[in-house]
Amino acid sequence: MISVGKTKQYANVLDKLLSRGRQEVSLSAFAFLFSEVVQYNQTQVDNIADLERRLEDAGYAVGARVLELLCHREKGNRRETQLLGILSFIHSTVWKVLFGKVADSLEKGTEHEDEYMISEKELLVNRFISVPKDMGAFNCGAFVAGIVRGVLDNAGFPAVVTAHFVPIEGQQRPRTTILIKFAEELLNSKGIYN
Amino acid sequence: MASTACFVIVSKNDIPIYEAEVGSAPKKEDLAYHHQFILHAALDVVQDLAWTTNAMFLRSVDRFNDLVVSVYVTAGHTRFMLLHDSRSEDGIKSFFQEVHELYIKVR
Repeated sequence: MISVGKTKQYANVLDKLLSRGRQEVSLSAFAFLFSEVVQYNQTQVDNIADLERRLEDAGYAVGARVLELLCHREKGNRRETQLLGILSFIHSTVWKVLFGKVADSLEKGTEHEDEYMISEKELLVNRFISVPKDMGAFNCGAFVAGIVRGVLDNAGFPAVVTAHFVPIEGQQRPRTTILIKFAEELLNSKGIYN
Repeated sequence: MASTACFVIVSKNDIPIYEAEVGSAPKKEDLAYHHQFILHAALDVVQDLAWTTNAMFLRSVDRFNDLVVSVYVTAGHTRFMLLHDSRSEDGIKSFFQEVHELYIKVR
């Protein structure tokens, strides 16, 4: 994923072209940056919940911008007004642009009406991270959960998004699932939810 | 060409981010904030209309005397609202698209 880019130096961000096409960033550079982000936040907080929240907030900012940019670039200025529409947008378009492939699966929760799950065999952000035993259920996928929450929130579908590990037999590393639970008001609003 | 126009960018949480008046705005006391008031009143209409369509450009959503409110909603529900006379209808869509591109680059 290492690419040599010959980019013109634009003096002003407003002069840069918006649709620059496929630009790949070095995976090791990203992994390094992400690990530094996690380590920095670790020094700032006392407990795991706060650490997850900080990663999520970082992801939220990314999600808000990604939504605007991708809707403009990929979807030719058409917004999403349906719940399923925005979910499939995240599952394919957003994932493809951020991680280079579509997400492994998108499922609807069976117990509750308002729960959806996006699963991934090996989340990119978790690939180079090993969580020590004493941190329990901490998942760096909270960053990706924040991205999803940013996209959903800014598109007008407020939700609580969390990342969980789901152990699978026959596989050493557990699968990561992003759980999306939509807010109460969406259940009642006209036509949007269904 | 004496045409008045008022352009406002409103964020998703109904907070105005940017405001610009073009042309000869009336200087009388009670009409000073007239334009802002009209745009504010149009926000409700925009809210409902935004959920009915996939498109971003919502054309003219409201009229007041001879002034027309045109609105463009982005993916993140940021609203670009333009208050203008009924004469200057063309080119508004391309204006909104240009503003949209600049907005994405800045944010």
